[in-house]
Amino acid sequence: MNSHLATYAEKLPQTKAAVSKVINFSCVDGPGSRLVIFLQGCNYNCLNCHNPQTIDLCDNCGGCISSCPVQALSWADNSTSSSVKWDTDLCIHCDTCLSICPKQSTPKTYHYSVADMLLLIRKNSLFINGITISGGEATLQLNFIKSLFEAVKTAPDLQHLSCMVDSNGSLSESGWQKLLPFIDGAMIDLKAWQQATHLWITGRDHHRVFRSLALLAAEHKLYEVRLLHIPGKTDFESEIDALADYLKKLPPAVRIKLNAFQNHGVTTEAKTWKACTEQDIKQLAGQLSQRGVGPLILPAVYI
Amino acid sequence: MSLQQKIKQIITDPTLSAKQKSSYLALEADASLPYLPVSQVVHEAMDSGIICDMFEGNAPFKPRYVLPDYAKFLQQGSEYLELQAVENLDEALNALTIIYHHVPSVTNIPVYLGQLDEVLMPYTAGLDPETIYQKIKLFWIMLDRTLPDAFMHVNIGPTDNIICRTILRVDAELKQVAPNLTFMYDPQITPEELFQRAAANICECSKPHIANYPMHAQSYDQQGFGIVSCYNSLPLAGGANTLVRLNLKEAALRAESREDFFSHTLPHYCTLMYELIEARSQFLHEQSHFFDSFLVKEGLIEESRFAPMFGIFGMAEAVNILLNKTDFTDIPLSNSKSQYGHCETANILGHQISEALDHIVKSTAVTYGYHGRALLHSQGGISLDEDVTPGVRIPYGTEPDPIAHIQALAKHHQYYTSGISEILTIDETVKSNPQAMYQLCKGALNLGFREFSANVASNDLIRVTGYMIKLSDIERFKAQGSRTNTTGLGAEAAVNTSILNRKPRVASHEQSPRYVR
Repeated sequence: MNSHLATYAEKLPQTKAAVSKVINFSCVDGPGSRLVIFLQGCNYNCLNCHNPQTIDLCDNCGGCISSCPVQALSWADNSTSSSVKWDTDLCIHCDTCLSICPKQSTPKTYHYSVADMLLLIRKNSLFINGITISGGEATLQLNFIKSLFEAVKTAPDLQHLSCMVDSNGSLSESGWQKLLPFIDGAMIDLKAWQQATHLWITGRDHHRVFRSLALLAAEHKLYEVRLLHIPGKTDFESEIDALADYLKKLPPAVRIKLNAFQNHGVTTEAKTWKACTEQDIKQLAGQLSQRGVGPLILPAVYI
Repeated sequence: MSLQQKIKQIITDPTLSAKQKSSYLALEADASLPYLPVSQVVHEAMDSGIICDMFEGNAPFKPRYVLPDYAKFLQQGSEYLELQAVENLDEALNALTIIYHHVPSVTNIPVYLGQLDEVLMPYTAGLDPETIYQKIKLFWIMLDRTLPDAFMHVNIGPTDNIICRTILRVDAELKQVAPNLTFMYDPQITPEELFQRAAANICECSKPHIANYPMHAQSYDQQGFGIVSCYNSLPLAGGANTLVRLNLKEAALRAESREDFFSHTLPHYCTLMYELIEARSQFLHEQSHFFDSFLVKEGLIEESRFAPMFGIFGMAEAVNILLNKTDFTDIPLSNSKSQYGHCETANILGHQISEALDHIVKSTAVTYGYHGRALLHSQGGISLDEDVTPGVRIPYGTEPDPIAHIQALAKHHQYYTSGISEILTIDETVKSNPQAMYQLCKGALNLGFREFSANVASNDLIRVTGYMIKLSDIERFKAQGSRTNTTGLGAEAAVNTSILNRKPRVASHEQSPRYVR
């Protein structure tokens, strides 16, 4: 590292992000090939969540340590009051620890500083068009996102990479204002049209989601709106006219993506809900297209 | 089984066509001759699977791969074939159709069909794009139906031209097994938009392969090179007289330590490789009369441009075995993270083996070689291989993500002049995001990949080393036989090596060189 970079690294925040996973090469999280960082922790509690272990942060109760069949979990400094240490080399990803966690959380989180993450991004930079931060709910770790993307956008060797956030839209306007200078776009989930449906599915109201959509659209930073279709549960079909009206008023560059609910990984009553088939998606897509919404992005696979 | 019984079995096989039976019968006839004179140690090394002649035959009468100068052929016509110099695209396609039937190879079907855009561009004057499209499309269908072998390889690029673009269009539209296709990419010459088009084609039909043109070109002289069969890069107007391969896994098993491997085992088996290479190429060049062919007399190939390919395979197993034999006892071998493809120590040892091989091949003279040398090749396996991984690839089903996969293997590519290939399987979500394929490919070439090949997981066309088969054909083959030669090979590989169980659905052999019931 040259001296300029060394000085620069010293200025980076020392706080670490809780990361549940990093994927080096993704084709479905924004334009082109993307390095995707999944942050741990979410403020929604969706019935249909596929990765419920990413909702809560580990509270280091240590209950999982003895359950690990390959001794990949231990106390960090051999005292039962410290934090749980996860040895990635030993882990065989059997997920026994997830199944016994009383908080339905996970001891398998990484902790990355901005400098750590920049190293990883540089290692992959030849192969990617950009970086997407997803979750959990990414924006719960707003300062990390802001610092990381600011660092990317000011580094001559990385600034060509597009920086995207994948969010449930619950961030406040002032929060978005902090991010806007450093992001190229955001992908926002609209989980239901009616307030009551949204509350039932996510445990939160959707007032802020619409505020986020409006703000991002006005700032030309709304890359994609995602509708997760759960046949018979979400209200996109019953509210099709109002929904179509709303989507049509978004700037034409905004991608409208339909996602198909699948029930694997789900732990709530939603486990028994019927998965969304290609036919279900095509039906919804047809209704939106008839009302002048489009072009629509449909799932590449139904798995 | 006696020779007669074997011949009868081939003749009465319900799944082979008459033509396919004829080739297997010819192989049996050749195999019934005594082997070329080689020393006892070479015989022993062959019998125990350490070195292998690829079942090319006991008395080679044709080179393994032949790359005629088709541009010259069209310009001058052929006295032997009684053809005038061609004057338009129809005549050019007709003349090529004719000569392809006179270009031998190990499969009896030409493995090289030419740098077709360069070859055909002089005959496109005055033709509109739609007319060119119709003619190329018919030509493409003819190739797949009359020369049904996916080893046969067309090259296009790096320049932007109407033939190159039309071939990409037709290939994506028809999604045929044959011909195989390589697109040459040169960042100085190729427009990015054309490169993106080629990457989008990979998402459609897992073709073309993308060749790192400047890297290949600097390995050869002004007369050029071609990519043939399974990513073999060879001199144009020349080819490969033979391919002999070394099983690095078997060699590593016979080494006492890592040091012993580098100082004794590897040099010892390389010496045996050279004895076999000499015996085979000398017979071809001195006794078979192949080089009396019209191809030589009319200047379409030159004897001096043929080289032996020095193939290697089983790098992954060799590295893991050697790591276990040295002082790395703290690494549990059951843990894939400590193994080849996943661990820096293992990957570096692999690169050192490639470097050692490169040194041996570049410093060992052969009687019939390219500038007096053989050419190092990372060999893609054959359908009879079991528990050994092709070339320097990472074992099937254990590959890391595509980027880590490329990073683990990129340093090998500089050494393998006559070809190396990794098959990257990309999940099907890439189909709606060809830009991601483009960026991945660009990154791989930037990092020193000689050749980039990707397989899109859901495509019916899948890659079996360098050639394509249709998954749906494999299902049908066992019951009915196949029109396409390579499907038989794929079906055999699918049974022998459970290739379809592979996480990425990619088969692992270069060819099936003998009849197996």
